[in-house]
Amino acid sequence: MSSAAPRVGFFVTCLVDLMRPSVGFAAVKLLEEAGCQVEVPAEQTCCGQPAYNSGDRADAIALAKQVIAAFEGFDYVVLPSGSCAGMIREHYPRLFAGDAAWEGRARKLAERTHELTAFLVDVLGVTGVTAKLAATVTYHDACSGLREMGVKTQPRRLLASVDGLTLKESAMAETCCGFGGTFCIKYPEISERMVDTKADDLIATGADMVLAGDMGCLLNIAGRLKRKGSAMQARHVAEVLAGSLDAPAIGEPGRTS
Amino acid sequence: MDATSHRFRDNARHALANGRLKESLASFTKTFPEKRQKVIDRLPEFDALRDEGVRIKNHVLANLDFYLERFEAKATAAGAQIHWCRDAAEARETVLSICRAAGARTVTKSKSMIGEEIAINEFLESNGVRPVETDLGEYIIQVRGESPSHILVPAIHLKGPDIAQTFREKHTALPPGRALDEPEAILREARTVLRGEFLAADVGLTGANMLVAETGSIVVVTNEGNADLVMSLPKVHVAVASLEKVVPTLEDAATILRLLARSATGQDITAYTTFATGPKRPGDPDGPDEFHIVLLDNGRTAMLGGEFRDMLRCIRCGACLNHCPVYAGIGGHAYGWVYSGPMGSVLTPSLLGAHQADDLPNASTFCGKCEQVCPMRIPLPTMMRHLRERQFTTGGPAAKGRGALKVWAFFARRPALYRRATALAIGALAFLGGGRGRFRRLPLTSAWTGPRDLPAPQGRTFQALWAERRRRKP
Ligand code: SF4
Repeated sequence: MSSAAPRVGFFVTCLVDLMRPSVGFAAVKLLEEAGCQVEVPAEQTCCGQPAYNSGDRADAIALAKQVIAAFEGFDYVVLPSGSCAGMIREHYPRLFAGDAAWEGRARKLAERTHELTAFLVDVLGVTGVTAKLAATVTYHDACSGLREMGVKTQPRRLLASVDGLTLKESAMAETCCGFGGTFCIKYPEISERMVDTKADDLIATGADMVLAGDMGCLLNIAGRLKRKGSAMQARHVAEVLAGSLDAPAIGEPGRTS
Repeated sequence: MDATSHRFRDNARHALANGRLKESLASFTKTFPEKRQKVIDRLPEFDALRDEGVRIKNHVLANLDFYLERFEAKATAAGAQIHWCRDAAEARETVLSICRAAGARTVTKSKSMIGEEIAINEFLESNGVRPVETDLGEYIIQVRGESPSHILVPAIHLKGPDIAQTFREKHTALPPGRALDEPEAILREARTVLRGEFLAADVGLTGANMLVAETGSIVVVTNEGNADLVMSLPKVHVAVASLEKVVPTLEDAATILRLLARSATGQDITAYTTFATGPKRPGDPDGPDEFHIVLLDNGRTAMLGGEFRDMLRCIRCGACLNHCPVYAGIGGHAYGWVYSGPMGSVLTPSLLGAHQADDLPNASTFCGKCEQVCPMRIPLPTMMRHLRERQFTTGGPAAKGRGALKVWAFFARRPALYRRATALAIGALAFLGGGRGRFRRLPLTSAWTGPRDLPAPQGRTFQALWAERRRRKP
């Protein structure tokens, strides 16, 4: 049996690695429960997106090569982030367009790279989870996941199977939260307006908690909710799906371990 | 108009502080996308239509010289006079000399972004020719001495009371006690004032939404019908159009019109769509005696050969503005020139030149909404990224965080070192957080902590915890 288990290279992403490892463990739990053999290559750091989006092609290429080398031996590469997954799937092949040595390798990796919830539903055919959460939640569609990776129905399908959970959609679920990587610190005033609009839209749902599939957006949204004095909690969708709710929600007080 | 794109940051700050603007933008960026979605939902072949539009434009761009020459031949045969102009200055001189030859004192205009691009109003005015905008929105901003804040809805930054006040100040010949509370009253007043101008004008100046090579016609669309009066009442009609507006056939023009109205205003078709071919012929009941077409390059052929070529497919529908969350925050004026929003962030740096609009392509989160709605499938974020790449080497806002980015990349390229360094840094940060879960303020992070709290890290890195788990159960 174990020889048939898909070998998944788990790319934890830098924000989950540094800010919220509990999300990484929740994701691993979901993958293992779905029958995957999960490995975490030590040679991973960052997918290179900050460099790429800042116009720094040289560093983006160097980091992309590092990722390709670290992950090309796996059946699949799975990330708890639509944005980093989009970087590998949509942008690596473009970065190496015309490079005979690397283009093929980049393409092959791209084809096997998936965002976590989309992987569970679309590739593994998971239809539900065993987690419980008595709460009303709302879901923010992170931009790259939504538009580059087609993540929209998959997390909602899985959330629908969470015992006790009610999903209340917000009017602007698909509107950018204003994070945008370095954008939020390069243009703080514009980012502030965007995240404020987002926070108001989320609060208007009356939900107890906002979920999303990307740590960048979540840090931004949680930070603004807290600044506004809102009681709404923010969590990565993987935590809820895995039933890993021991760690305090993002930005909430309390020690993790 | 004088470009202030280099002052984008100040412009944006100014705009964000304007409460009225916030209200206008909030309602506008809600209603326009809704209208568009509704009309597209009724047209299942919309995506196929987009593909066809892209194909037409790509074909034209690959054969631009051919179709322009054909257009010239056909338009000339129909009696139009063609003027080729390399840049804005040439176009301005050409328009002025046509006005002078016609002895023009008043020029009526219909809304034209190319007119804004070459700043024709200011130029004519300073040469003793009085331009009068006849599109309601353009008229309003003209009498206020402003520039358009949206390529389609130029006065979208204003609300009814702003306009009423302007009209009271400007139209002093009208009774001061008149009611101007309803939009209809404002419209009626503008119409009354403009009627006299339409009849008095010696020259009518328009842009063109398309040039049809097959027939030598120009296509102009409006929702107010003002362009038709501008084109047909004065004895001279001048149309200024940039080169990429040419399409091969009437059929192609029809395809693009179907995309344009739906993407722009959520209409199936604009209220007035006019094909003008040549001047008045013997026996025609109306039309101008002279019909001039100014074909303007102004940077287009330079874009043709490079990485911004796709931008030349733009049909100026404004959908990318209407759906842009950054535009929704700051409005059009912040971008500092005629083109705003995502399309402006690509066009303005290309047309104004290096370092005149460096912030624009950086002020995007790359959320991708613009590309998703663009009827011409223009990869706007990709082109903004190209502009950032240029700046990274030549200097500009993209290069600003360069030092920090290089330090980070140095570590990120050395995984073992990165793991040790990040474990230390994150541990220290979590310690500082002291279990409060977040920071309201933290040295060196003011750009983040100005508007929002910084959630504290949990304390250990995933990599460190994973290594431990592996040691426990290998
Ligand atoms: S870039 Fe696309 S969406 Fe924006 S104005 Fe041009 S055609 Fe319309």
